[in-house]
Amino acid sequence: MYLSKEEEAILEGEKGTVKEKMMRLLTRLGDIYGADKMIPVGSVQVSGVSYKSVGDPGMAFLEDMASKGAEVSVLTFLNPAGMDLEDWKEIGFPEDFAENQLRIMNAFKEMGIVVTSTCTPYLAGNLPRFREHIAWSESSAVSFANSVISARTNREGGPSALAAAILGKTPNYGLHLDENRKPDVLVDVSCDIRSDADFGALGWHIGKLVESDIPYFKGLPEWSTTDDLKSLGAAMAASGAVALYHAENLTPEAHLQDVSDLEKITVDEEDIKDTYAALNTGDEPDIVIFGCPHASLRDIKKVADQVKGKSLKKPMWVCTSRMMKEAADRMGYTDIIEEAGGRIVADTCMVVSPIESMGYGITGCSSGKAAQYLPGFCKQSVVFDSVDSLIEEVL
Amino acid sequence: MGRMISPGKAEAEAIVSEEPIGFYGGVDIETGVVIEKGHPLEGECVTGKVLIFPRGKGSTVGSYVIYGLEKNDVGPAAIVNEETETIVATGAILAGIPCIDQIDISQFKSGDMLKLDADKGRVEKID
Repeated sequence: MYLSKEEEAILEGEKGTVKEKMMRLLTRLGDIYGADKMIPVGSVQVSGVSYKSVGDPGMAFLEDMASKGAEVSVLTFLNPAGMDLEDWKEIGFPEDFAENQLRIMNAFKEMGIVVTSTCTPYLAGNLPRFREHIAWSESSAVSFANSVISARTNREGGPSALAAAILGKTPNYGLHLDENRKPDVLVDVSCDIRSDADFGALGWHIGKLVESDIPYFKGLPEWSTTDDLKSLGAAMAASGAVALYHAENLTPEAHLQDVSDLEKITVDEEDIKDTYAALNTGDEPDIVIFGCPHASLRDIKKVADQVKGKSLKKPMWVCTSRMMKEAADRMGYTDIIEEAGGRIVADTCMVVSPIESMGYGITGCSSGKAAQYLPGFCKQSVVFDSVDSLIEEVL
Repeated sequence: MGRMISPGKAEAEAIVSEEPIGFYGGVDIETGVVIEKGHPLEGECVTGKVLIFPRGKGSTVGSYVIYGLEKNDVGPAAIVNEETETIVATGAILAGIPCIDQIDISQFKSGDMLKLDADKGRVEKID
């Protein structure tokens, strides 16, 4: 792998031990994956934020980095934390958990990382441009950036993203290169996709089938919104490891692709029905949680409209970024949801927060990604359905 | 000759696993003891040894566990793999543990005394 004089100097330790280690990490990963050189990145998104995910080892590492003066050189955002960073006490997050989570956030802040914790950085102020090289690590954000925006990133791990943030560079391999962005398989959606949960189910089904390949979708509805595409991508990145997809007439690189010789998967009504059946492992939810990935303002308004003036029988969370929450507060959506007995929970989500230790065993969700992770990470049974139906169920 | 993943030298006893190791939930960060149920090294301690296994597996948080082992002074003296994937590579580099890969690990068994020079990609038995 070619290194510039400056990069060599960093690797020799001339810019201190933190940068040396970070450069060693990136050049080694570059060697493992056959990168030819390092390239500058426009922004970074770092995963491994929740104390529940990284534990004491991660906390020790991050605090150590911060104390050694590590500092990021490009716009860097964070993945969701393990709790709402402001209202954690009120919502009932455990005190000892909170203490550790706040220590982690402090370490990130000391490094100059923007401590807005969200899996949708593109909705919260970190928006890459078409073809911009970035180093993001949240798998659903990676999918959104690559597919919907057509920026370029591999699926980074927490430390490699942090290294990219500090050095402002990433090794040039994988999805940074044109030749690796071509579709591997054609997905013909022959059935009607009607709801948010249908997008999640479709994504979950295809992720299982194609694993880390790049699918090209035909037949997705023309009315698909960015919210729908984020659900689709998130589910594929969770049940499989899809980091990029193309969708005819919906995503920017789709028209550049030749799909004539691709293997074809047809998705019909039956496949979607089977997926719902596979994801549904519980009967009556103890809690209903939306916002995986984090809810957009449109998602929040939809929930507010539906619960307005009504009363919920079960707790309901809508998880989102602090930015969307501010807007929801201002628009009165937060009040409407709270008056019905629900909550808007910012900075965290059902997957990375310790809901299993908060007395919940069955979670209702409309997200294919959440349905994939809740059983393993949070010991939850799942009721998987559309936002509309789940709210109906708990009204 | 193997490939240097993380630089450094070590002289220590080998501990060999034919199975991959997942560090997160697999190795106790306080003691360096392998705790994964049913793992061939279950109950054994990796501290101060040349830890030899084919490759890493499992959660990416494993990188932080390798780092934490070193921080707690219970890390292995060195790591030797057939193929070091990103979790172990990241952990070894962050922790500063010498590590090499592209080594035929079947030539070693637990208890062998080994000399390792990661910079040269070399590991050999001492008679």
